[in-house]
Amino acid sequence: MTSRIISIASNTFREAVRDRVLYNLIAFAVLLSGAAILVSQISIEIERLVVINLGLTSVSLFGVVIAIFIGIGLVSKEIDKRTLYTVLSRPVRRWEFIVGKFFGLAGTLVVNTFFMAIGVFAALLYVAHKFSGGDGMILVSLYFIILQFLIICAVALLFSSFSSPLLSAILTFSMFVIGSFADDLRSFASITHGFTRLIATGSAYLVPNLSALNVISAVAHGQSISAQLILQNTLYALFYSAMALSGAVLIFERRNLK
Amino acid sequence: MTSCQRTTICAASILLFSTVGSVLLLHHVDEIRPRDIVDDTLYVASPKLLKRASLGFDGLMACIYWTRAVQYFGHRHLLRKTSYNELGPLLEITTALDPHLLPPYQFGSTFLSPAPPNGAGQPERAIRLMEYGIQNNPDNWRLYYDLGFIYYTELKDFKKAAEAFERGSQVPDAHPFLKVLAANTAQHAEDYATARLLWSAAYQNSNEGDIRQNALDHLRAIQVDEDVTNLQNAVTRFVEANKRIPTSLWEIAAAEHLAGIPVDPDGIPYELSIDGQVLVATPDDFPFIKKGTPPGYKPGPPHFHSTK
Repeated sequence: MTSRIISIASNTFREAVRDRVLYNLIAFAVLLSGAAILVSQISIEIERLVVINLGLTSVSLFGVVIAIFIGIGLVSKEIDKRTLYTVLSRPVRRWEFIVGKFFGLAGTLVVNTFFMAIGVFAALLYVAHKFSGGDGMILVSLYFIILQFLIICAVALLFSSFSSPLLSAILTFSMFVIGSFADDLRSFASITHGFTRLIATGSAYLVPNLSALNVISAVAHGQSISAQLILQNTLYALFYSAMALSGAVLIFERRNLK
Repeated sequence: MTSCQRTTICAASILLFSTVGSVLLLHHVDEIRPRDIVDDTLYVASPKLLKRASLGFDGLMACIYWTRAVQYFGHRHLLRKTSYNELGPLLEITTALDPHLLPPYQFGSTFLSPAPPNGAGQPERAIRLMEYGIQNNPDNWRLYYDLGFIYYTELKDFKKAAEAFERGSQVPDAHPFLKVLAANTAQHAEDYATARLLWSAAYQNSNEGDIRQNALDHLRAIQVDEDVTNLQNAVTRFVEANKRIPTSLWEIAAAEHLAGIPVDPDGIPYELSIDGQVLVATPDDFPFIKKGTPPGYKPGPPHFHSTK
């Protein structure tokens, strides 16, 4: 079972690399090095902040875009090309296919994030000439960004398991936007009453809380992130990804592929 | 030549021609476009809306808005504009997006408070900005120092300046000079020594070349103002003793037992007008002087210093 999931995951990773997904690293490198050189000339005293904010924001947005646009095609592309039938005709269970695809995409994003992280630290070293104690927290922020990717990948897979690529893209992106406002949604729910409160609270807990995973501003200002938050965010991301992935498996298991 | 080669050459030529054409056209469009209208427009003025629209990436948005504020101020300052209508909103948006971003408070207030053309002439708004900064960053003593600085230099409210320095001196790890500043401002607010102390602190507390140069310019101006005041007093004493206006500063130097004619910070001797006024020989080299300028003098355009 594990070997089959690993095979599907590694094939998904290879396919993403063949699709030139990692080319985004070039755009990222140009963006970051350009910002590192330019900002000192057009602004005042925010060189370090811009490198951290721009670097981490780019890592996050590039990754989310990749997660959405690859995630939505993971199932539909296999159906369109009819390669899914070849895979499922072998001793591979449908849920193994979904889980393998998830890990393949997640692996692609982790590798992508690893190279981008090197870029962020290199740019930081260029503008600040040395690392400070608080820079270690950038790693925590990068870890939270990876947790975001896990959630987005799972959500993209969930939508792609039953809808068209275009609709999946719209739905996943909407979930990303709503998830970024999760705190506001919860605040809104707390001031409503009756049935509205029930619906608002339910929605607030149903959408992924991506705002809790965004600590970019805090890290840029050198604020420390508590170990408790790291642990709880990790568990939350794992639970939410598992929830979305289970949904994808349930739908895909019942999907008529004829 | 094959058909493929012909197509390549043709397409490359069109590409080159179109690129050059579009760049030139854009250049002309920029020249005829009503620039002031474009510059003065802040399409989204609500900090709350922008914070929401940033999807949680408000730190980066704040950096972008701070850069916009710097560019807006720098551009208008260079053009000797006297109105800075969008500066306040830009700074307020920046600080609303990221209340912990310190440069918009520290440098933004120095853009806002001085009277035009050196700034926007909005010291009250600068004070509100600083108070917002202190509210969000109560442990940063530099913000109290900057607040006191505005009260001292722009509003001449020495009591409030002393209070701000005193508040700052109580912050843990505050620089000891805040205590000295608080005491000096309370007791000898209008002394040149206090002004010198303030601008020396401004010089020492910034790493930005332009900010440090600005502090140096003010320190040079204080030196000139003090020299001119002392020389003018010497001229008054001479007139009282001799019942006539001295013909040159040499007479003053002899009467006051000076080694020679006093010189400005650039080493150029001060001058004496025929009506007995002490003047600086090159007032354009001292943009912040309040004394020693000829009647009707208008300062020249600002000159920006390279970052050191």
